[in-house]
Amino acid sequence: MAIKTLTIDGDQYSAQEGETILTVMRQHNIPIPTLCHLEGLSTVGACRLCVVQVEGIPKLLPACTTRVEEGMVIHTATDKLKKYRRMIIALLASEGNHVCAVCVANNHCELQELAYQVGLVRVRYPYLFPKKSLDATHKEYVMDRNRCVLCTRCVRVCDEVEGAHVWDVAGRGINCEIVTGLDDAWGKTETCTSCGKCVMVCPTGALFEKGVTVAEMEKQKGFLKYIITARQKKEWVSFTDGQ
Amino acid sequence: MNQEIKNKLRVATVWLGGCSGCHMSFLDLDERLIELADKIQIVYSPIADVKEFPADVDVTLVEGAVTNVENEEMAHIVRTHSKYVVSFGDCATTGNVTAMRNRFPNEELLDRAYKELADICYSIPNDNTLIAQLCQQAIPLHHLIRVDAFLHGCPPTPDEIWFAINELLEGRIPIFKTQFLRYG
Repeated sequence: MAIKTLTIDGDQYSAQEGETILTVMRQHNIPIPTLCHLEGLSTVGACRLCVVQVEGIPKLLPACTTRVEEGMVIHTATDKLKKYRRMIIALLASEGNHVCAVCVANNHCELQELAYQVGLVRVRYPYLFPKKSLDATHKEYVMDRNRCVLCTRCVRVCDEVEGAHVWDVAGRGINCEIVTGLDDAWGKTETCTSCGKCVMVCPTGALFEKGVTVAEMEKQKGFLKYIITARQKKEWVSFTDGQ
Repeated sequence: MNQEIKNKLRVATVWLGGCSGCHMSFLDLDERLIELADKIQIVYSPIADVKEFPADVDVTLVEGAVTNVENEEMAHIVRTHSKYVVSFGDCATTGNVTAMRNRFPNEELLDRAYKELADICYSIPNDNTLIAQLCQQAIPLHHLIRVDAFLHGCPPTPDEIWFAINELLEGRIPIFKTQFLRYG
């Protein structure tokens, strides 16, 4: 496989053909925020947090879906990019009902953590306060759409890893929502195996276990690497290694 | 007025649509309050008996979201008479718990509070001189007036409040580092 050389933030790196910019950055511990991306799931480039500037290309490109090319000169943390990332988090905050103080995922939430990373001091956009529904019909889990950021990790893990495809996206634009089955009550769907993978990959408090209260819902994402390494390499890594 | 009082920073604290938790956290400064009393003069606060918001305030800490017409009026008074306005806690900064009512129509809210949950007097108070009229939505303070700094948390911890006040005493608008930037 051909080797490509590229420049990221002034330093030279080499990567294998077909690798994404994000893969190279992660290999070399170059920090960049991500939300919809999760190691082990397919890549959708939905959240746009990992956008980078590539010299010679007028538009910004998401690092997670853009493959490396010979001689690429990439900037990952310019003032413009930092401003856009802050805008993305501000828009996510304003279009949902994210009330950290009373959320099950408080202090264990990726959206909250990202708000700190990008320095979101306040949200200038008007909050939409949308009327979103909550589905507590499942015997073990709850889906609170008020806290959903539409990263589609739950959709992908259920389809790609569990093979059940209970979750999907319904509606368009601002009316997009994550639904179970054909927009049935979660508890009524026959396809759900109650494995809980969707709950564990959810970055916020949108999916949580019944019975937990404020700040108690800690997600164990290590399971994904555990399962995928076992399937692909027939090796059993520890849960914590996958974190 | 003696010289000592003249040199003190004139600080006000205001309680809009919030639970007073931020003010409780302020009181949790404990023995540091004594030290603070040497440096600042509290010229208006729900914990001081002052009827009117005074002129020429250096710093005002505003707790709570803007949720009724009284809050709106107060916010404008605060802005007019204060050099620096600080959003004090998550309700002032994001709307937080106070703004959770926004998805319900006001009539439904008032019915719930004054009729469904009432033990006596099952009626909605209709005299707006007793209870301020609700705004259509509860909003963060900076969506109504210009705000100079934001003190996060529900509530902000006494250490965070202490840091902010000391920065303001030094004449700086506090810039909160990542460890102080927190929601919830």
